[in-house]
Amino acid sequence: MKKAIITVVGRDAVGIIARVCTYLSENHCNILDISQTITGGYFNMMMVADLTDSSKQFSELREDLKKTGEEIGVVIHVQREEIFEKMHRI
Amino acid sequence: MINISEVIETNKMIEKENFDVRTITMGISLLDCIHSDLDTMCAKIRDKILRRASDLVKTGDEISADYGVPVVNKRISVTPAALIGGSACRTEEDWVRVAETLDACAKDVGVNFIGGFSALVSEGMTPADEGLIRSIPKALTVTDRVCSSVCVGSTRQGIDMDAVRLMGEVIRDTAYNTADRDGLGCAKLVVFCNAPDDNPFMAGAFHGVTMPDTVLHVGVSGPGVVKSAVEECRGAGFEELCETIKKTAFKITRVGQLVAQEASRRLGYPFGIVDLSLAPTPAIGDSVADILKEIGLEQPGAPGTTAALALLNDQVKKGGLMASSYVGGLSGAFIPVSEDQGMIDAVKAGALTLEKLEAMTCVCSVGLDMIAVPGDTKASTLSGIIADEMALGMINQKTTAVRLIPAPGKGVGEMVTFGGLLGYAPIMPVNTFDCSAFVGRRGRIPAPVHSFRN
Repeated sequence: MKKAIITVVGRDAVGIIARVCTYLSENHCNILDISQTITGGYFNMMMVADLTDSSKQFSELREDLKKTGEEIGVVIHVQREEIFEKMHRI
Repeated sequence: MINISEVIETNKMIEKENFDVRTITMGISLLDCIHSDLDTMCAKIRDKILRRASDLVKTGDEISADYGVPVVNKRISVTPAALIGGSACRTEEDWVRVAETLDACAKDVGVNFIGGFSALVSEGMTPADEGLIRSIPKALTVTDRVCSSVCVGSTRQGIDMDAVRLMGEVIRDTAYNTADRDGLGCAKLVVFCNAPDDNPFMAGAFHGVTMPDTVLHVGVSGPGVVKSAVEECRGAGFEELCETIKKTAFKITRVGQLVAQEASRRLGYPFGIVDLSLAPTPAIGDSVADILKEIGLEQPGAPGTTAALALLNDQVKKGGLMASSYVGGLSGAFIPVSEDQGMIDAVKAGALTLEKLEAMTCVCSVGLDMIAVPGDTKASTLSGIIADEMALGMINQKTTAVRLIPAPGKGVGEMVTFGGLLGYAPIMPVNTFDCSAFVGRRGRIPAPVHSFRN
């Protein structure tokens, strides 16, 4: 399974999750987990997505979501899951 | 599964605390490029480096984008050139041709430095070693990306004082040749004792003869991350402080291990080592000096600095060792002056002297690094400083290094500016009492006794 961590950071607004989820479903990415928190007035959202069946390359997904973030005024990062797994799990 | 607080922690390290993978360094053996004809040898060197490293920069950038962690530098280290060029190089011009070939290769594949214009002379110089060393001032003047290092001593072999004396002159001449750039050539020249074969960091990187043909090393950094973690234990005891540094070093090194394995998989060459060094940059918040301050010193150089640095260096190693399957290189804390804003400030404040830096190098991973000294410092004085630092390494069984920059035409208190990662530095005073009769003696300092350790 190719997993990615998608993080969204920015001011809270209506429809942020909807935009990201719509994009992921259009590109056959399965969402495995979603959590969010507000720290220091900022909206932090994290999604774990399975990209195994995705029709797009990892780099395309990353660029598309970055652009989506810019449109709605938040910062969206897409990173491979291993960096977190390696750092926080023995 | 990974939770949101872990994701936020990792991304905070990258975005706010300057965490990065400092370098992916590809080590390439040039032993199979040896040829008695200079043109043929240079063509073989060029061919091999271009074949091996053509995808290095692109792959480094792709890994960086996929994991969201900056991979700042992509570099190459090669077999010490003195071992390669011996039968082809007869004159200074011939050796400079080798340096120019390496420089052109670095530019063609897009790496910012190539290390290995080097000689290993702990127990004496061959004619090839001496030829290469004497060509260093010119080689570092006409090239941009070539780094040079000379290992003049080791715990097992003692110190070649003839080479130490020569290096004092080489450093002086290199500075003079690059006077228009504040002696920048010397920033690319390191004198070592116990030089590691697998160091990924410049300027001292070279590909040792015991290494496989092509190998990938990774150097991680993250003084900002450690400093931020140490902030959380203000007023806490040493146990908590040490545990915090260890855990942070573990996390940082794990990312280095991941990047190293991934680079190895994508490029198809074996993974060598992860060097888990705290390597500062002139960027604010990317400073080893700031960690020392956070541990409890008003300025680096204050009494207690050596103990604090010893503690830091040891905990970084302890945390990092378990995080990587192969740890190597220099691994520890770097204390360059010009590359660390906190160190620069300490020198300006009068807190840090050359002598205190020398003491600090007994307990950290490298040596007297990126220190600007007056341009009129005598070659014999430079050799004396080198001899002292080499003796520390020889006796204490550790790597020590000297990277001094005698700034031409400038004196104590003036500034030298190198730009970029190399930073800027205030010129520090040097003890001017004469040592020329000492460094003028011929021959070697014998290897030290390995028992009766006191």
